Order: sequence, then C-alpha cells, then structure tokens
Amino acid sequence: MIRLVVNGQAREVAADPETPLLYVLRNDLGLTGTKFGCGLGQCGSCTVLVGGQAVRSCMLPVQAVAGQTMTTIEGLGSPERPHPLQAAFIAEQAVQCGYCTPGIILAAKAALDQTPRPTEAELKRALDGVLCRCGTHDRVIRAVMRAAATMGGG
Amino acid sequence: MADTRMTRRAFLKTGGAVVVGLGLGPGRAGRAAAQTTAAADRFLGKTVAADAVDGFLAIHADGTVTLFSGKVDLGTGARAALRQMAAEELEVSIDRITMIEGDTALTPDQGATAGSAGVARGGMQIRRAAATARRALLERAAQRLGRPVSDLEVNDGVVGPKGGGPTVSYAELVGDQRLNLTVDEKAPLKDPAKFRVIGKAARRTDVPGKVTGQHGFVHDFSVPGMLHGRTIRPPAIGGTLLGVAESSVAGIPGVRVVRIGDFLGVCAEREWDAVRAARQLTATWSPGKGLPDQAQLYADIRAAAVVREETLATRGDAAAAFAAGGRTLAAAYQWPIQSHASMGPSCAVADVRPDRATIWTGSQATHRFRITLARLLGLPPERVRAIYLDGSGCYGMNGHDDAAADAALLSRAVGRPVRVQWSREDEHGWDPKSPPHLLQVRAAVNERGEVVGWHSEAWLPAPTQGLPNIPLLAPDAAGIPQPAGNSAGLIHQNVDPPYQFPNMRAEIHWIRDTPLRTSNLRAPGKVANSFAVESFTDELAGLASADPVEFRLHYIKDPRGIEVIRRVAARMGWTPRPRPQAVDPKAPALGGRGFAYVHYKHNETYVAVGAEVEVDRQSGRIRVTRLVCAQDCGLVVNPDSVRGQVEGCLLQGISRTLFEEVTFDRSRVTSVDWSSYPVLTFPDTPHLEIELVDRPSDPPMGTGEAASTPVPGALANALFDATGVRLRTAPLHPARVKAALGS
Repeated sequence: MIRLVVNGQAREVAADPETPLLYVLRNDLGLTGTKFGCGLGQCGSCTVLVGGQAVRSCMLPVQAVAGQTMTTIEGLGSPERPHPLQAAFIAEQAVQCGYCTPGIILAAKAALDQTPRPTEAELKRALDGVLCRCGTHDRVIRAVMRAAATMGGG
Repeated sequence: MADTRMTRRAFLKTGGAVVVGLGLGPGRAGRAAAQTTAAADRFLGKTVAADAVDGFLAIHADGTVTLFSGKVDLGTGARAALRQMAAEELEVSIDRITMIEGDTALTPDQGATAGSAGVARGGMQIRRAAATARRALLERAAQRLGRPVSDLEVNDGVVGPKGGGPTVSYAELVGDQRLNLTVDEKAPLKDPAKFRVIGKAARRTDVPGKVTGQHGFVHDFSVPGMLHGRTIRPPAIGGTLLGVAESSVAGIPGVRVVRIGDFLGVCAEREWDAVRAARQLTATWSPGKGLPDQAQLYADIRAAAVVREETLATRGDAAAAFAAGGRTLAAAYQWPIQSHASMGPSCAVADVRPDRATIWTGSQATHRFRITLARLLGLPPERVRAIYLDGSGCYGMNGHDDAAADAALLSRAVGRPVRVQWSREDEHGWDPKSPPHLLQVRAAVNERGEVVGWHSEAWLPAPTQGLPNIPLLAPDAAGIPQPAGNSAGLIHQNVDPPYQFPNMRAEIHWIRDTPLRTSNLRAPGKVANSFAVESFTDELAGLASADPVEFRLHYIKDPRGIEVIRRVAARMGWTPRPRPQAVDPKAPALGGRGFAYVHYKHNETYVAVGAEVEVDRQSGRIRVTRLVCAQDCGLVVNPDSVRGQVEGCLLQGISRTLFEEVTFDRSRVTSVDWSSYPVLTFPDTPHLEIELVDRPSDPPMGTGEAASTPVPGALANALFDATGVRLRTAPLHPARVKAALGS
C-alpha cells in the first residue's frame, strides 16, 4: 500500500510502485481532472502540485511521492466554491475544449505562489512549459492576471 | 466526489442503450450537457427525424426544455449558441434548456459538426424547429384562453394576453407529451430587432466544470467491467505483422493480447499495465510500403500524373491578358503537411456485444460514423449506438474515429467494454494529416501598374466521391473491407483571389494522392491557398508600387469586404507606403507589418488581418508583437464565443504558419511529439485585437475557421516588410528565415 495525501485527504492505494502518479490519480482515486497529454513531460496537461511545486504526474512514479501532500485541480476548488484562479478563468471564459485547462491552472497557481504579481511577460515565461492547442492563451493570461489582482498578491 | 461509473444493472436494463452518468459537479455546471448529468435514456424511443419538431425539442411538465442537437460542441461554445437560438425562438430563458448532443439514439442527424457550420446551418435548423413549436403553442394557448393569437405574448414559456390576464404555460400545454409537428421550413423566425438572447454574451455552461476538473470528457468515461486497451502500430506505415511473442508480456498481470490479421492490441484491467504491455510486447513486422523522400515532396507533387483537371473560376480572358505583353510576375508557394496535434490523444470506449454495440466517442459525426462502425462489426446500423462525449479539441478529424474503431475491435475480441486512449506518438504519428499544397500563381500588370491578368493553379490530392469515412487504421490492419479513397475536405476553395481582376483563371490539377493519409484540418486547404494568394497579392502590390492595403481596396467591390479591411487598417494606424521600408542591414531586430484578407469560400465570412512582427536576425525567429483582426460573419449569436473562436483561429494560424510541419523518413512519420512538432507557446503569443462587425439582419456564417486563413499571408508579408525576404514555403521557422536572411 502506498500512502498519499491528496487534496487534504489521506489515501491508500494498491498500485505497482512504478505506476505513474497520473494513472493512480485518475483510475485509483477517481480524480479524472488530471489529464494524460503526452506521457513525456512535454505538454503539462498532467500537472499537479506536490508540496506546492508543479510536477508532471505522467512521468512521476507513485512511489516517488509516497507520503507526500499533493493538490489536483479538484482540490483547488469546485464549481460552487472556485479558487480565485478558477473564478477568473470562468470570468474570462478562458477555456475552449478545456483539456489542457487543469494543468494550466495548476501551473499558474505554482507561478503565482512564487511571484504573486507577475508582469505579463513574466507570466508567459512561467507558463512556457504548458501547451494549449485551441488558442486560449490570450484569455488565460488575462485570467491569471485578474486572479493575481484579486488574490491581492504583492 | 461523484461516481463516474454506472452500475452494471443499469447498463443491462437498457440493453445497449446506455444511461450515461459522468462525474459532474452538481448545480449549473453541467446543465447544458444533458448526457453528462441526466439519465438521457428516459428519452429512448423518441423520434430522431430531422423534419419533426419532436426530433429537436421536448417540453417538460416542470417547465424545462430539452434540446436534441445533432451538432455537437467541439469546445467551441456551440453548446451555448445553439441553446440561445432555441431559447430565442421558443421564448424561454436559456437556463431552462438542457442539451443532448450527438447521440444516434436521441438526436437528429444534422450532418457532421464540421466546416464551421454548427451554428450557421445546424443552428438555423434548430431555430426553425423552435419557431414551428412556438407558433403551434400560441395557437393551443389561444384556444385554451379563448383569445386570438394576435392578443398573446410569451414570457419565459408562459403565454398570456399582452395587457395582462389569465395565462397558460408551455408546461401545462405540453407537459412531456409529444408535439407531433412537422418542422415548417418557412416558420416565421423572430425579427432580429426583437432578439433578447441572440447577440448577447451567453456564459458557457461547461466552463465551471472544465476549470475544476469536473467536466466529463470521453477520456474520463468508464463503465463497469471495462478493460484498458492499447493498439500497437507497425514501425513502418503499411507494415504487416509477421509474429508476436506473447511471452514478452507474460510478467504483466492479466494482459490479453489481441491479434486480428495485422491488427495488434493489448487489454488489461489496469491502464498502466496496458501501457507498458503495449511498449513491451515483442512483435515482428514487415518493412512496410515505404514513403517517398520528403525533400522531394513538392517536386513529386509537381511531377505527379494529373487524374482530373478542374477550372475553379474564370473571368474575362486570362490567356489573352498574358499574351498582350506588359510586366508579369510568377511565384510558387508550398504549404507543408500538418497534424491536428490534439492536446489529448484520441480516446473512445466501446461495449460490443454479439448483437449490439455502444460506442462513446469524440466523433464529429456520430450518425455517419455509426454506419461505419456497423460495417466494421458486421451489425445492422440500428443495433449500434454512437454517443458523443467531449474529446480534446480536434480541429477536424484527428484520431477520434480511429480510436473508436480500435476500441470496438478490442471489445469484440475480449467480450468486455474496452477503453482505448492513444499515446502521444500514436496521435502525432497516425492521425490523418492535412495534405501538402503546391500553388503556382502568375499575374500580368499593365504600364499603369494595374493587374490585368491573374492565373492561379494548385496541385492537390483528388477527393474520392461519396467516400463515407476516411479509411480507418483498425479495419485496414484487421483485413475488414472498407471503402478506399482520399478526403481532406474542400481544399480547393480560395485558390482564386477575392479581388476583381478583369481577367482571371484558377485551376486545380487533381493528383491521385500524397504520401500520408489525409483528413480535414481546420479551414481545409484554405489556410494554404490564402497563404499563396495573399502573399502573391503583396508581391503584386510591390510590382505596382502600391500600398498593400490600398492595392487590395482598389480591387474589391463588396462593401462588407471593404469594411473589414478599413477597420483593421484604422485600428493599426496603417499609413500607406508604396514600397517596403528600407532595411537596416546591421539592426539585430527588424520590425515590419503585413496585411491579408479573405472572403471565406467566396460566400461566407469576411476577415482582414494585420500583423506586426519583430524578426531576430541572429536566430531567424519571428515574434508576432501585434495581431489585429476584423471579422464579419453576419449575425453574431454569442459575441463572446465568436470572439473566442476568432482568437483560436488567429493563434492556431500563427502556430501553423511559424512552427508546424509533419516530417517523415522513408518508412514513417518522425514528428511524433511536441519537440519534433512544436506548436505555439505562451511566450510566442501576441496580444490580439479583434473587431466583430455585427449584422443582426443577416444570416449567421461560420466563425470557427475563416480567421485562421489570412494569418499566414499577413505574417509572410510582415516578414517581407521587416527584412526584404520573401518566404514562399511554410512554416516560416527560424532556420528557414535565418538561411534566407543570410543569403
């Protein structure tokens, strides 16, 4: 059994220790908000926060994060009680197909934790590692800047 | 958290017609996507006829309305716009309307969601159905209330006299009963001046679920007893399977290897086991059919036998204009093979029983695809149900139909429901691609600098007439017969220019095929064709010593085209300049501006785009610093969604112009991940300025494709303005720009 603390809850899973965290989150814990994008750590769709750091769950063996605390998109907020970042994405309608959205929001969360009031250029650099194919980039930047303002960083 | 699975009992009870219950948060998040919130199967047995109002609408006793749409939301916001259109004609608030999409058992066949026609055509069908219903309901209310129809009005589904008095609601009039009405094609549609819902921004109901991880994609769907499947493709295209060593995966628990001819797959209880089994399985393949040398791609196309000549458009006598003398200019343009490159590799879930099958798919055309699946499985079409669930953005036919065929064959083989998700390498390597384009354009200019003749020719792979579906990988490998042929959408449109040159001829030389399997990719062909036409138009303006914007305006009569051009020029602060600016040979960064225009398909949306770029001399990298766009797509149903679609078109247009090219060696595709097939990143993204020309009295036109088509021309023209270098082969990637700058 591997113990994890996911979205504030202690969980135990019986999985091969080499199983990437992504599959454990999606299939063992039913947290399907985290998406498989490439399995290569290139696109960021599978981004989750482990100890506050944005990590690529598609390549991370679950045993490497045993006992650690992590947050997935479901743990950030809900439709009824969205996190300010999620609320800003709703306000800006910064979504098209939405497949990459959870990873982008968590990467943005990690970026704002580091730099609460980034410039647009800093933010674009911070999001360099997450891809969107629908072309929501402009809205995503607006949404994260809006969230940064409402979160009162800086 | 919500249970993402349904019970086995519920599944069996409905006999292959399956209650779909996905993990969605409660509340409004999922209201618009009924198949993800409600037991859609309570509607089973309803008509799906596209000429019946009951095909599209059900009015319930609780005052809510269900809209059954054959057009689906591919991430575009159609879910909001289509509900807006129904709400407007029915006179009920949009919040009362739930939508079920793309379910062959429940929704009318409105054709594929493609060609940027979801709202333009599909939405108009829905408006007519709703308008037919409203008129009949008013008549029923008139009888019930003893008042003439002309005295009555509807407020949010409640009919009453205009001056007040007793009322009756739609719910009371219908109350879950069938309407039994034929859609009246001439049903009077609401006067645009009275629109209350159309033309206003409507919030997309899927967004809260998508930003909180609660929205159910097809990737997130599961049924009890489901196995995870993966297919193994040959290392070379066309390779045949010579042998499989099942012992190579013996160490992985519960793996089942499925082999049907050259179709090879694995299934396992746990997804990771399926993934590693697919990687680990030792198989021997033949060398494949071989691919031509990519370096010779365009030369091969130019030399290919023409199977059919087509004159696309003519005006005046182009041949005589060229024969008359004067200055002429000619250039060839090349556009590469590109991939849909979806963020989420294609996925599907199939439950195939001996006598029936249900497939959950991101397909753009479930009704049409059902026929294909039925043929694949040897079942009557009425025993196959295909249900749309959101896929990752597909921008045309990516691998979604292939993944569904994979899942269907695996499910039939193992007798269990099977979910297949492709790998990144599968998606980039095996999705059907957009074909390469080769265009040759020439023009004759008289002594006054006026264009007197234009001749454009394109060499393109010929579409197979009546092809029901792009040939799929799974039946091809399994030896199951399927109609053969090519299709890539209407790739010949816009080879002719949108300018009124007195003599013009546009021809298509249809060749048999191009190296890789093709399908439609957003704005099929028209991105490439517009690149050639708009680049060459700029070259002509140069030859005529004319400013590129003034030059274009000189040859356009259509006021709607003129308006979008003027709007972009005004917003950019475009000052006319008859010649490119002087280029400072020492400057490390070179700035320039470019312009392009399209009248999409010559009968749809009008778009003008202006770009400002900065070119880094050292690296050859083009940075787009500003992109300005004006679009006229007629009636704007949901301004925010239209704007979102235009943003997507523009940014994907930048990506396709600057970065994207499928590469292949002599046996297979080699651009199989995000480093070998790079796309636009956040730092590459410019600020976008978009103006929409709203024309409420005109019919709505497509908005999901048109704005991507002028982008390549605008960028190539800006590169030329900045550097004096004219690149006629896309993508305009740094190595190519650098090489051109150095020469």
